[in-house]
Amino acid sequence: MDSTFEYKTDIAWCQGCGNFGLRKIVINALEELEIEKEKLVFVSGIGQAAKSPQYLDVNYFNGLHGRALPPAAGIKAANPNLIVVVESGDGDMYGEGGNHFIHAIRRNPDITVIVHNNMVYGLTKGQASPTTPKGMKTPVQTSGVFEEPINPLAMAISLDASFVARGSVGEFKLTKDIIKKAITHRGFSLVDVFQACVTFNKINTHAWFKKNTYSLDDSHDPTDRNKAFELSLQSSPWPLGIFYKNEHKPIFEEELAVYRNGDKTPLYKRTRDPKIIDSLLQQKI
Amino acid sequence: MTDKHDETTETASSGYQTPHPEGISIVLAGGAGHGIQSIEAILVNVLKKDGYHVFATKEYMSRIRGGVNSTQIRVSEKPVRSYVEGTDIFIPLDQASYERCKKNLKSTTAVLADASKLQAPNTIDIPFEKVASESGNPLFANTVSAGVICGILDVSQEILYEYITTVFSKKGDDVVNGNIKAAQSGYLTGSQLKQSVRLTFNTIKKNKPTQSLLLSGTEAVTFGALAGGCDSCFAYPMTPSTGVFTQMASFAERAGVAVEQVEDEIGVVNMALGAWYAGARPLVSTSGGGFALMTEGISLAGMIESPLVIHLAQRPGPATGLPTRTEQGDLNLALYAGHGVFPRIILAPGDTEQAFELSAQAFTLADQYQVPVFILTDQYFVDTYYDIPQIRTENIKTERFITETTKDYKRYTLTEDGFSPRGIPGFGSGLVCTDSDEHDQSARITEELDDIALEMKNKRYKKFDSVKENALPPVLIGEENYSRLIVGWGSVYNTVIEAMSIIDNSQTAFLFFPQLYPIHHSASELLQKASTVIAVENNQTAQFAQLLTKETGVGIDCKILKYNGMPFSVEEVAEALNQG
Repeated sequence: MDSTFEYKTDIAWCQGCGNFGLRKIVINALEELEIEKEKLVFVSGIGQAAKSPQYLDVNYFNGLHGRALPPAAGIKAANPNLIVVVESGDGDMYGEGGNHFIHAIRRNPDITVIVHNNMVYGLTKGQASPTTPKGMKTPVQTSGVFEEPINPLAMAISLDASFVARGSVGEFKLTKDIIKKAITHRGFSLVDVFQACVTFNKINTHAWFKKNTYSLDDSHDPTDRNKAFELSLQSSPWPLGIFYKNEHKPIFEEELAVYRNGDKTPLYKRTRDPKIIDSLLQQKI
Repeated sequence: MTDKHDETTETASSGYQTPHPEGISIVLAGGAGHGIQSIEAILVNVLKKDGYHVFATKEYMSRIRGGVNSTQIRVSEKPVRSYVEGTDIFIPLDQASYERCKKNLKSTTAVLADASKLQAPNTIDIPFEKVASESGNPLFANTVSAGVICGILDVSQEILYEYITTVFSKKGDDVVNGNIKAAQSGYLTGSQLKQSVRLTFNTIKKNKPTQSLLLSGTEAVTFGALAGGCDSCFAYPMTPSTGVFTQMASFAERAGVAVEQVEDEIGVVNMALGAWYAGARPLVSTSGGGFALMTEGISLAGMIESPLVIHLAQRPGPATGLPTRTEQGDLNLALYAGHGVFPRIILAPGDTEQAFELSAQAFTLADQYQVPVFILTDQYFVDTYYDIPQIRTENIKTERFITETTKDYKRYTLTEDGFSPRGIPGFGSGLVCTDSDEHDQSARITEELDDIALEMKNKRYKKFDSVKENALPPVLIGEENYSRLIVGWGSVYNTVIEAMSIIDNSQTAFLFFPQLYPIHHSASELLQKASTVIAVENNQTAQFAQLLTKETGVGIDCKILKYNGMPFSVEEVAEALNQG
């Protein structure tokens, strides 16, 4: 596969890791959308999934653990013309970054958030993540996880997120189409993607995901929030597809005073007439 | 810059050991919700418009209603810019206020109080509430007391009523007229009082009114940031830094500022770094507890070599400390926040003019050197205001240091001086990549320990040289042939200057540091010239003095420290210097 978005280098992922599949899906989605590379910024936190931008030929901001969403919103505030995609793992997004996840949904910047959900901590060698199913034994949760896993889709729908979907690395076309729709959707888009961690999660394997998921059919109306919520509570089998869409939410960067008149000139291109400061100072006489 | 003490205009007398500072000092105290801030605003504005120099500072309790809040207003013929203990006129609005503030009363203080509200010795009874009721509403009691002060000080009635009209115009004619009536009654009472009771301070002279500005520390930081090209502001509310955030929000439309209240301070600093990455110039405003949360983001700024400007308004810690009080206690926090080694710049304005200039300059420095820049103020500093001459905004240069990228652009290109041209995404044909992991010139993660990883470490360290070389020099105030040298930073500036003016200051100079880190190379020599070095700091361990010794090798002979949550008064510093 030769793609303009592909960056050829030594990739630090384990052989057979679901990250490879998702990388391919993302690259294909970007290709098909014919995005201008210079306008595209990937943002990530820390973890194996968060290394994704390292393996793409794009602008990227690879920041701190759990902190992908605030810089992503900051980038949109600085320049609303940039297309911003966040790639993150379940630990990074729902654990360390949980608070930002909640508030980014409230804030609703026009960004797409792709979460590599392998239900385990890979980088730190197999501890439970916020999405690890109950009962799974790990080097830390030696008697099995007893906490209720986070349901990212239910949480996002309950917060009236702008776009909520689930993909799976095993479903190439479906997931690619979801990601394409998420990127073109205006507002905060969550795409939670099931994938296998071949090294540390021996339960939720590629085969397990294949067996335990099904695609939503066309009869599902993604504007029906109650139905979407109901579907988000389903498991074994887990539905895949676009659960929910709300296209009527105000968008963070568009609500900022500087862009409210529709002028999307990025901040670095704007100059302020010093007379404005003088006139504000005059009020202090 | 020394403000020489002029015997001829010295106002009345005091029981204090040190000569009384300039002008007269008025203290108003009441519970939160009593409208102390409104009286303060009326008085300060009206007195200034009438040709007096004015100064105001407040202290308040951490609560929404009740407690005791007080404000001190100094009025003088000469510029006054610091807090004094001695009180000439005291208006307590309730018993608790009287009890809390009485320690600063002199035998000569005129205590004006409503005898039906509180019991206190030697007060002059003024039934503020009764007079207010007669004007239409007991709630106008504030305005009555403002009127009384204006009557005592012979303030132009025209200016007083004009100001009241402007302030209350939004609330309708009834409120305007009622308040004017209340002010009139108060004014009459004040005038009569002056004739009937022997008030122990002299009349102070007015100057010709000028077009001077009344600017608080908060406003100076905000305006300075705007002048420095600040175009966005991210923050989480925390006293006493919130004012800058609120001011910025109030200017968002007219000055074109993207303002967002973020979920927490971790989000704040990361959002700011994202915005800097994409070419914006955000300001972050916070206090110690919030700053503590930003530590990881400051470290990130160091690694990704991002500019960052953080206004840190200090208050006492640890933890929640004294939320509404003052202290210069966070220098070490700003100095050491973040793990690993990377350059940073710490600025600390001493007065509002400096706050304006340094806040503007912070953006240029951050942008030019691609380092975090901290502006340290404190509660006393941000909440204090006084009249200053007009600020010349045309002198402020807002330089930008971003590069249009080419196809082969690498964000961390190795250069002679360690500074790589900073591109931003979408500007040019190149790609801008940045990474919190150790990386190569293109920001790709590396573990080539002895090769590129080491070169990157050296590159970041190399930047210290230029940052240090271009540090702002300390300012020497007073006698050039000094044997005694006072060192200070931040909000002690005006207090030390005024204290020096009322003591025997021969052979004494004040070395003020607008930049705390890195320290300018001239510091060593200037310190060595003195036979005695005295540090004046509003903290418990003389954090800056320790840093000075560490950086220059010169020991500090005497430390004048205060850390009870209140600022130094002029009298305190003068007395300590007299003893030292």
